[in-house]
Amino acid sequence: MSTALQEPEVQETPNYLNAEYGWKSWLFTKDHKRIAVLYLISISVMFALGGVFAMLIRLELLTPQGDLVNSDTYNKFFTMHGVTMIFFFLIPSIPATLGNFFVPMMIGAKDLAFPRINLLSWYIYIAGALFALAAIVMGGVDTGWTFYTPFSTTYSNTFVITAAVGVFIAGFSSILTGLNFIVTIHKMRAPGMTWGRLPLFVWANYATSLIQVLGTPVVAITLALVALERAFHIGIFDPAIGGDPILFQHMFWFYSHPAVYIMILPGMGVISELITCFSRKGVFGYSFIAGSSLGIAIIGFLVWGHHMFVTGMSMYAGLYFSLLTMLVAVPSAIKVFNWTATMFRGSISYETPMLYAFGFIGLFTIGGLTGLFLGTLGLDVHLTDTYFVVAHFHYVMVGGMVVAYLGGLHFWWPKITGKMYPEGWGKFSALLVFAGFNLTFFPQFIAGYLGQPRRYHAYAPEFQVLNVMSTAGASVLGLGFIIPLIYFLWSLKYGKKAGNNPWGAKGLEWETTSPPPTYNFETTPIVTEEAYAYAKHEEAHVG
Amino acid sequence: MAELTHVQSEAHSPNLRHHFDDMGQQFDSATFGMWVFLLTEIMFFGGMFGAYTVYRSMYPEAFAATSNFMNPAFGAANTAVLIVSSLTMALAVRAAHLGHQKTLQMMLIFTMIFGLAFLVIKGFEYHEHWVDLKVPLFPSHWAWDGPNAPPQFAHQAQILFIFYFFMTGFHALHMVVGLGIMTTIFIMARQGKFSHDYYTPVEVSGLYWHFVDIVWIFLFPLLYLIGHTRQLI
Amino acid sequence: MSFPLWPEAASALATDVDHLYIYISLVSVVMCILIFGVIFIFAVKYRRRSDSEVPEPIHGSLRLEITWSIIPFLVMLTFFWWGAKIYFYNAVPPPNAMDVYVVAKQWMWKLQYPGGQREINELHVPIGQPVKLTLASEDVIHSFFIPALRIKHDVVPGHYDTMWFNANKPGRYHLFCAEYCGTEHSGMVGWVTVMTPADYQNWLAGGGQSGTMAQLGERMFEQLGCSGCHLENGKGRGPSLRGVYGSRVQLADGESIQADDAYLRESILNPNAKLAAGYRPGLMPSFQGQVTEEGILQLIVYIKSLAVATTPGAPTARIPSLLQTPTLQRVSVARLATQPNGGTQ
Repeated sequence: MSTALQEPEVQETPNYLNAEYGWKSWLFTKDHKRIAVLYLISISVMFALGGVFAMLIRLELLTPQGDLVNSDTYNKFFTMHGVTMIFFFLIPSIPATLGNFFVPMMIGAKDLAFPRINLLSWYIYIAGALFALAAIVMGGVDTGWTFYTPFSTTYSNTFVITAAVGVFIAGFSSILTGLNFIVTIHKMRAPGMTWGRLPLFVWANYATSLIQVLGTPVVAITLALVALERAFHIGIFDPAIGGDPILFQHMFWFYSHPAVYIMILPGMGVISELITCFSRKGVFGYSFIAGSSLGIAIIGFLVWGHHMFVTGMSMYAGLYFSLLTMLVAVPSAIKVFNWTATMFRGSISYETPMLYAFGFIGLFTIGGLTGLFLGTLGLDVHLTDTYFVVAHFHYVMVGGMVVAYLGGLHFWWPKITGKMYPEGWGKFSALLVFAGFNLTFFPQFIAGYLGQPRRYHAYAPEFQVLNVMSTAGASVLGLGFIIPLIYFLWSLKYGKKAGNNPWGAKGLEWETTSPPPTYNFETTPIVTEEAYAYAKHEEAHVG
Repeated sequence: MAELTHVQSEAHSPNLRHHFDDMGQQFDSATFGMWVFLLTEIMFFGGMFGAYTVYRSMYPEAFAATSNFMNPAFGAANTAVLIVSSLTMALAVRAAHLGHQKTLQMMLIFTMIFGLAFLVIKGFEYHEHWVDLKVPLFPSHWAWDGPNAPPQFAHQAQILFIFYFFMTGFHALHMVVGLGIMTTIFIMARQGKFSHDYYTPVEVSGLYWHFVDIVWIFLFPLLYLIGHTRQLI
Repeated sequence: MSFPLWPEAASALATDVDHLYIYISLVSVVMCILIFGVIFIFAVKYRRRSDSEVPEPIHGSLRLEITWSIIPFLVMLTFFWWGAKIYFYNAVPPPNAMDVYVVAKQWMWKLQYPGGQREINELHVPIGQPVKLTLASEDVIHSFFIPALRIKHDVVPGHYDTMWFNANKPGRYHLFCAEYCGTEHSGMVGWVTVMTPADYQNWLAGGGQSGTMAQLGERMFEQLGCSGCHLENGKGRGPSLRGVYGSRVQLADGESIQADDAYLRESILNPNAKLAAGYRPGLMPSFQGQVTEEGILQLIVYIKSLAVATTPGAPTARIPSLLQTPTLQRVSVARLATQPNGGTQ
């Protein structure tokens, strides 16, 4: 580093961002951190697209009549909103961005086990997204993101095959990411990094990867069958020729229920990191939080029938699925209690990431509790396919997952970019998101119990006030998402330079520079302490 | 605070990827990764097996009728061919491990020949279905009538044949990919890339090949043997 | 501006569901107050006062973990149990339920009453009388949803679905399709009118113009040629259908089955699926494509009306047929001879 020039600017240390320049160094990179950034950009684009559809939906629903767009267009709006948000934003989100970036660093590895497969997984994601975008541009899909048959196979006149192919392809991206994480976590932990010392974020991504690897192939084959059925005009799920539309639902939900755990588990992992750091205290009940991630992954495969209670399944099947749905709520509750206990006698500070963590606990708790309403058989008969369900899953997906994602993004932004975001704006946006979110989705619980069905372009007039409240909230929520986008981009150029560890957090990723060097660590670390060893006497603890 | 010490790494093999600490970790990771991938393949085929099983149990008479049109002779020939190809593949992996270059190349060639034979036999089989008008994907080549084919089962039989073609078709696709992989491995072997110290791609390809074989071992009894009635060839 | 926050409850079941909902809501509110309250207290009480603070770690407590796993689970089991009770109650209609037949198609509800009344998107029922709906779809999956009664059931093409209710409060209540079914899904709505018994009788009196469902079914039975094989005396190519509804039928493969609506429907559309013992396969053609879902329901109501004779030889109690002429019977047989073999779509 030259010292001859007396410039006020600080010389940049070599890091993964300035190691090489040029588009080829990005598009052919094998560095998990660059791939994470590629994913970050891509999923943000898809999130914005899904958000546009959301705004269009909420605008239409300001009035009971279908007066903004016609029915077919509206049906395409909610379908594309669901498809882009679920398959192209939520499923990849934390694992492909924060997971890709930090799982290797947290375990002391130089990269993931298969860097080229990691890059391939991003290209596959892009290919899938291009198919989805093509479906949108060519005219859209109107089957709902659930593709129920025989509507999707025989009756719909939209670009179902294109969309199904897009989702099929994106599924392989998810499978490869999961595969990479599993092998990495098993085989590439640094010396001393035992399973019992892994940060909970790693446990969460591990459990998520198990689900990705086991569940995604089933939806892949299901959608392949739907596409083939449409393409060749043959009926597998078409009841007119002996096919079973309920078989489609079983196969579809066998993946799509565990998929919601793919979406939430990484978020829970982020929250564990945030709460420990901003309480400056080791987590309470480490083995229970780690174990509960695995528990959710396993039990999550056994409850898919709770989406189908009114399809005519046997009463006894209903009993089984309802009981297991109650059971799968227990590990989630365990996490919430353990996080709360972690704060007991902690040293709590209220930076933006911690505000998001608080928001998560509040909103996820409500979302999870309303899941119990839906898992209760006799009550689900009334509530299913109404706005109650819509409110429930938005509470867990947006109030849970997106809030956790934003919290994680703020937390690790200095590490990823070497810059700090503006803290005042951060706090303000967190509050906007929280307020806007509740105003958007709480009225939908009420509308749902009243009986407003979902996927309705026009609705009964008595639901209007609740819908207007919801749309108003959505505007605030949208603003809460746009402001961080702006200040994150702003911070890249004008943000305060971040040190190695601006939060005083524990974890291997904080022991290297911000941004980290390409190979993460100068030399492979040797781990000698438990995770979150904040207390002074825990340092140099012999493991 | 974590101590940062320099981990002794072995003398750099040219095949050691820089993010691994040593060849052992690299080999373990690669094989473990392939096992995880094969697990996803089990779930993929499993979905089809599951759906097929559901329909078969729903329509036993239609299934009995369709079983007439399966040719166990072709199926058995294919089974034999694949099992032998797995043997040659295992021998190829062993040769690679021992550093026997000529044997390795020879065994790879044999494996590919048997793999190709499988596809050729499958081709003959599909052609037979084509001629018999039992290919529902093309309406011009699907017909369900005649003395042994009660028309009431036409749609159900159609569903079962669709599954037959999808399951064997996806399997054949995996065979084609396998042949592509074998070709690549063969070329690499010819270029002298493998040795006793580094033969990971051979090992990993072997796992894949064996898996494709095992899927067939399940397909053959399921589609050709169990519960079949055959009235005349 | 007034707007409802709570739906009307028009049956005892609806009230029970409301109570369950309120119970779970109360438990949830208590849980939220506890959790949020504790977090709020901790956030304030343990806020960081100096940068050099380093709290003592507390690793965990097995006792706490077990307690806060078991107790919530036990509470959830109460939700489960109450919900299961309601679900089981919903699953079995009482024997005195009045039948109404519903055919769903994109994008309307077609209702038929045994007395022959037909409605589109309207259902009229009396209070205090259990009503059993038999639901069929002509195309895609729909769902019959009456929020005021807190019930819905998917209508899946390819088989019958049933649901029942017993309304106890007169009024006019929303009917919604609750399973996305295409362009006019949100237009597939209607009204359920619950009436006092007197009003209901008045409504019935303005009844079906073209005949009861059984009469329409009988007409179709002749027109489609069913009467040519299913002779009354049981000596035809097909079994006599007198008394078959609700009876136990011996099948050709040795099993026996209860002859219910689903069995009759399947036998019309896919005759060899459950072939009756003693009859040849392949003889009865499939009527898929030749009869609509409504038509099948009419046939079923007709077959239901064929009660077994109380004394041998005595004229059977039957709804008077409009088509009781021998010539028509002969014509039906002649038509049968020219029926296409294996008539599927």
